[in-house]
Amino acid sequence: MLKQSIKLLVFGLLALGLSLQTARADLQVFACEPEWAALAKTLGGDHLTIYTATTHQQDPHHIQARPSLIAKARRADLLICTGAELEIGWLPLLLRKSGNSKIQVGAPGHFIATDQVTLVGKPAVLDRSVGDVHAAGNPHIHLDPDRVLQVARGLTDTLVRLDSANQTSYQNGLEAFTADWQGNISRWRQQAAALKNKPIAAHHDGWPYLNDWLGLNQVALLEPRPGIPPSSTHLSGVLASLKQTPVDLVVYASYDDPRAARWLAEKTGIPAIELDASPVANETLTQWFDRLIKQLLMNQS
Amino acid sequence: MGIKFPGIKIPLVSLVLAVFFSNAAFAATDIELLRQEINNMRQNYEQRIQALEARLKVAEQNAVQTETKVTQVEQKVASVESPRGNSVNAFNPAISLVLDGRYANFENDGDYELPGFALGNEAGLGESGMSLGHTEIVASANIDDRFYGQVTAAIDEHDGETEVELEEAFLQTLGLGNGLTIKAGRFFSAIGYLNEQHEHAWDFADAPLIYRGLFGNHLRDDGVQISYVAPTDTFLEVGVEALRGSRFPAGGEQDNVGAWTGFANIGGDIGVEHSWLLGVSHWRADDIEGRTSGGHAHGHEGEEEEETPSFTGDSEISAFELVYKWAPNGNPSHRNLEFQFEYFDRDEDGTVTLLNSDPLEVTSYDGEQSGWYAQAVYQFMPQWRTGLRYDELDSDNTGSDFDLLGEAGLDDEGHTPKRYSAMVEWLPSEFSRIRLQFNRDESYEDSDNQLFLQYTHSLGSHGAHQF
Repeated sequence: MLKQSIKLLVFGLLALGLSLQTARADLQVFACEPEWAALAKTLGGDHLTIYTATTHQQDPHHIQARPSLIAKARRADLLICTGAELEIGWLPLLLRKSGNSKIQVGAPGHFIATDQVTLVGKPAVLDRSVGDVHAAGNPHIHLDPDRVLQVARGLTDTLVRLDSANQTSYQNGLEAFTADWQGNISRWRQQAAALKNKPIAAHHDGWPYLNDWLGLNQVALLEPRPGIPPSSTHLSGVLASLKQTPVDLVVYASYDDPRAARWLAEKTGIPAIELDASPVANETLTQWFDRLIKQLLMNQS
Repeated sequence: MGIKFPGIKIPLVSLVLAVFFSNAAFAATDIELLRQEINNMRQNYEQRIQALEARLKVAEQNAVQTETKVTQVEQKVASVESPRGNSVNAFNPAISLVLDGRYANFENDGDYELPGFALGNEAGLGESGMSLGHTEIVASANIDDRFYGQVTAAIDEHDGETEVELEEAFLQTLGLGNGLTIKAGRFFSAIGYLNEQHEHAWDFADAPLIYRGLFGNHLRDDGVQISYVAPTDTFLEVGVEALRGSRFPAGGEQDNVGAWTGFANIGGDIGVEHSWLLGVSHWRADDIEGRTSGGHAHGHEGEEEEETPSFTGDSEISAFELVYKWAPNGNPSHRNLEFQFEYFDRDEDGTVTLLNSDPLEVTSYDGEQSGWYAQAVYQFMPQWRTGLRYDELDSDNTGSDFDLLGEAGLDDEGHTPKRYSAMVEWLPSEFSRIRLQFNRDESYEDSDNQLFLQYTHSLGSHGAHQF
């Protein structure tokens, strides 16, 4: 009885699956983070159906391989993820459980953004006593617009390889994006000139790329070690050091625990600001960068 | 520019007129000249500006090209500096070690039993005092573009002897596509929810009573598993396993498939904060021969050969699981709640023989056993979790010789086994955990208070955790 119903179920689903696969023409994209979904949307526009696995409020390091994610990975033609071990706690499991050969490591549909660029912050010592460090370097590359452009070029190549029928459309998409983006970069540089050498403190070392291109000077971290929440003794140490070397801003990502930053802000009167480390739903990369820079400029002391 | 006057005097009017006209004539030529001059200048400048613009453009292009080249060179340098997967070492499998140790305190010091359930070899409370649990070595890697492989070896001690147990050793396909995956080798069966997880990933220091009663903590076997994930928005997975069926709770020499498993799971998200998983599974072994278990073994110690109950017949287990998880904004790193419930039901038909009894005692056996547990674990702040669990078992076993069933541990003795557990965990990092657990254990008639202080630490590569 059970066996028969399972058989029926399997065949029914197979038939459904085949009909679904023939019905759709779009490239199904599984984006690990919102920034890659936004980039893919700008480049591919109407030719892509994009699913974003995480929101700006979720720490991409701490995601569980939920059933819903497996179901989406199962149907994807293209997977776009950050890499550099950012998704190491869940992506390998998703790939293995998905039964989808198109997005496995080494397949054309497996696109890793950090493979397109150089990384900063490669740890000199690979030892967990210094926290949950990423051997390949800091993975938060999407905060550097120059690197985003490099990723865009690589992604366009991948899109063309997977969907050559729409080659011109993807290439036009890249051209338009490049022109637009380069204009934006010079505009942002001008706007953010006032931020140069501004001392800041950050909750997690997630902003080295942003700091580098805006010239922000990150002098303190609230986390004692990457991935380890700050203890009260560590925070008092940070407080003491901020009295020695004051900062203008304390920044934390919207998925970080805000309490440490708020406590410091209260103790020192330094503004603590929550930055979205990724675009919100339906936001373009340009809108998101505009917002970040505006937030940083608004809270100038 | 000055205006020239004629030297000859003439009537005033004509003079004025003459002056006017000559002036106009002179002026006209001058303006023309001026215009030409300006035009020349303009052309000249325009040409110069154009030339400059062209040069600027070339310079800009050069700059862009240089910039691209610099990035390319940078990338090349970086790829030379850190070869991605180019070094010999990078091909080594991901290796992780799990260190597990505990201090356990039990108020009762008698033998552990679960009335109505014939316990398998490993089932029990474990040792009291300080002891090591499973020390696990896990090695895994993608073998090529088509296969993934994993080996888990557990080192532990039984009666003063160190044993290495091959917990898992399997291949899994990566490249089949269309949602199909085949696993072959030794693996944890997909029956139930906790069964597929390693013990160190469980939320309590000991197995749920029903896992202890039916499987001796874990059901694993050698065989093949085929699973299929449907291309639907809601997660839907079905699968079957063909297993050797020689290990507990099956048993006997099997030339063919000794045990089968079928399973179906469905799951998804509700909004961004809630996720769920529902599953049913079924395991059956139709030809179990001589499955031995601990039984009561009253006063048989010291005898040369212990009287051991042995089951021959068929066995079926059905399971239902429900898992629900919640995290504010879908971000579980600070706070999250996990709830899980599992129900198992076993139906057995056959005979139970008391091996080494003289004369040989045999009884027919019709066993019905069931049990469930429910647990909730709440991470109330980063690094801290706390949880509650409740267990309950039930059995209704009949046979031709009740006394013999009693000796085999299959008489429920009019008792409903129950257990209440509470735990609190401190997780200094993703790789370490220290747990304090208290059980009020009513597994058998004498209630027991049990205390565990346990550490579970993992070294090496960063593992991924199942939902």
